[in-house]
Amino acid sequence: MSIWSESTQSRAKEILAKYPEKRSAVMPLLYLAMAEDGWLTIEGMTEVAEWVGITPAQVQSVASFYTMYKREPTGKYLVSLCTSISCMLLGSDDVLHAIEDESGVPHGETDDEGVISVEHAECIGACGGAVACQVNYELIEGLTPEKGRELVRWLKKARPDAVNTDEMQELFGGRRSFDWAIQSDVGAAGPYPAFEPYGTATEDAK
Amino acid sequence: MSYPKVLTKRMEDHPADSHTIERYAATGGYAQAKAALDMTRDELVDIVKASGLLGRGGAAFSTGLKWSFLAPARPAYLVVNGDESEPGTFKDRQLLERDPHQMLEGVIITAIANEVHHAFVYIRGEYPKPARRLQRAVDEAYAEGYFGKGIFGSDYDLDVTVHLGGGAYICGEETALINSLEGQRGEPRLKPPYFPAAKGLYMMPTIVNNVETMANLPHILDMGVEAYKALGHGDDTGTFLTSLSGHVNNPGNYELPHGITWRELIYEVGGGIPGDRELKMWIPGGASAPWFNPEDHLDLPITKGDTGQAGSMLGSGAVVVMNDTTCVVKAAERVVRFFSHESCGQCTPCREGTTWLEMILRRIEAGQGRPIDADLLLDVSDNISVGLAWPPRQTTICPLGPSAVSPITSIMRHFKDEVMAHITEGACPFAKTEVPA
Repeated sequence: MSIWSESTQSRAKEILAKYPEKRSAVMPLLYLAMAEDGWLTIEGMTEVAEWVGITPAQVQSVASFYTMYKREPTGKYLVSLCTSISCMLLGSDDVLHAIEDESGVPHGETDDEGVISVEHAECIGACGGAVACQVNYELIEGLTPEKGRELVRWLKKARPDAVNTDEMQELFGGRRSFDWAIQSDVGAAGPYPAFEPYGTATEDAK
Repeated sequence: MSYPKVLTKRMEDHPADSHTIERYAATGGYAQAKAALDMTRDELVDIVKASGLLGRGGAAFSTGLKWSFLAPARPAYLVVNGDESEPGTFKDRQLLERDPHQMLEGVIITAIANEVHHAFVYIRGEYPKPARRLQRAVDEAYAEGYFGKGIFGSDYDLDVTVHLGGGAYICGEETALINSLEGQRGEPRLKPPYFPAAKGLYMMPTIVNNVETMANLPHILDMGVEAYKALGHGDDTGTFLTSLSGHVNNPGNYELPHGITWRELIYEVGGGIPGDRELKMWIPGGASAPWFNPEDHLDLPITKGDTGQAGSMLGSGAVVVMNDTTCVVKAAERVVRFFSHESCGQCTPCREGTTWLEMILRRIEAGQGRPIDADLLLDVSDNISVGLAWPPRQTTICPLGPSAVSPITSIMRHFKDEVMAHITEGACPFAKTEVPA
């Protein structure tokens, strides 16, 4: 008996069909498990093990290797601020301090209500638009300390069902790595990447 | 100065819809993939070898030669490396978001050349938007019959699966990427075999190529080998994408011909240093590359050969520029911290070495460095990469450990006085890096 919803189970079947060997579906299924529970629980990892035919310990060994599989309760909004070299040169440490101060959450932790988690990230590939930040992996480029504070206040107050990169860029962003040109029409509802085949991309984010 | 555009032409000419299959079809799209169906494996491998195309992921290995190593066992697989994570690099992100069909046409050509019927595109987990854009392009191409059973009405079947990573830089190393795609921890595999073309995904022959490398292929078939080579400079054929960031007025991705100088790149393309500050140093090819400085390197041409002879590499094409208010210890700490965080932990010199290098740099920056620390940095580095030579020797399974040595040798060779000043004065001599407005 699966602990997952019917829709998640049918997603899992579709994902398994895309790989020649079942074990290759471990990483996508771990994102499904996160979307079910909001973070990666022991039960979720055990369920993934059932689906791909390996042991729960093997699944945990995989999950613990990658930073994006959050094995502790994580806020609805995961704010990941890049502090690698290019962002550091453009003042990322000040932006991080502003976000920590405004949210009351030090990096690596989550607030009491489970709304916001803050982490400093290694390079997220937006160096031309430093300082770069992601909320649930939806990108904002050209962030300043003040805009970082505004972002935190907005997340706390507006509490959008899902966050959309274009909307947040418009509200809080600045210089971009390149002309984005084309709008994205979906958003991310939790601390995992929004990707249609995983059922994690939420329509009508606004 | 403007340079000819190849990979970025469609997105420049048609910014609103360069990502759609309609626009791609209207600008010659998929004609080369279709043509490739009528060519033999040998013909295709020979063309790509003759084009001189070098892998654009960082190692700059001949793509055609890599293909020629493919072992005879079947099924063979193609894995496109879209795990772009080298600090400073964001070019593949633009190629995926703005012109995904160009890359997909390269996938079809590569699959046909290597008798592959199932290709994977591994995209870093922090790139959901590029992955969504690519998946929609994949869906469009399936609907047109460019993927699936009997592509283009032939009897050739080809499937493609877009796979999201989990936030591990090391998965850009091709054997780690393969392990990750198999549902394992992303740890690099012991060599030999040296190439996944012998034993790769599911221990079958596998081609691993970068996104930008794929994007070049339709153009090579379209314009022909001679015209493609003429775009470049000597052995560095075609154009290349560079990601420019840090203290420059015009950061961004630029498609450039090899052979221009660093001065042209930083001061003309990049518009110089904000606030007319002095240029202090720059990273010429991603965080793994030893740094360049204006006295020795500003007028060198940007080619693989010239950069290699000067003790560095073009790597992933990422150029990070630093002005004269940048503390070299802090900059090195940030780069070493990256490798320390991303070390997979298999090899002791890398796991322990990068951790200690980060801690030593951090205490020097905090004014708590000891006189012995400068030598200690070099000693730990020497244990990771014996002799501190270029190209680096390695005591590890993969090049990640030696990459962490690059910033250490860079600052100790060019800026030793500044490092020592931290120790003797017991404080960082720089109040703060000046952030350009």
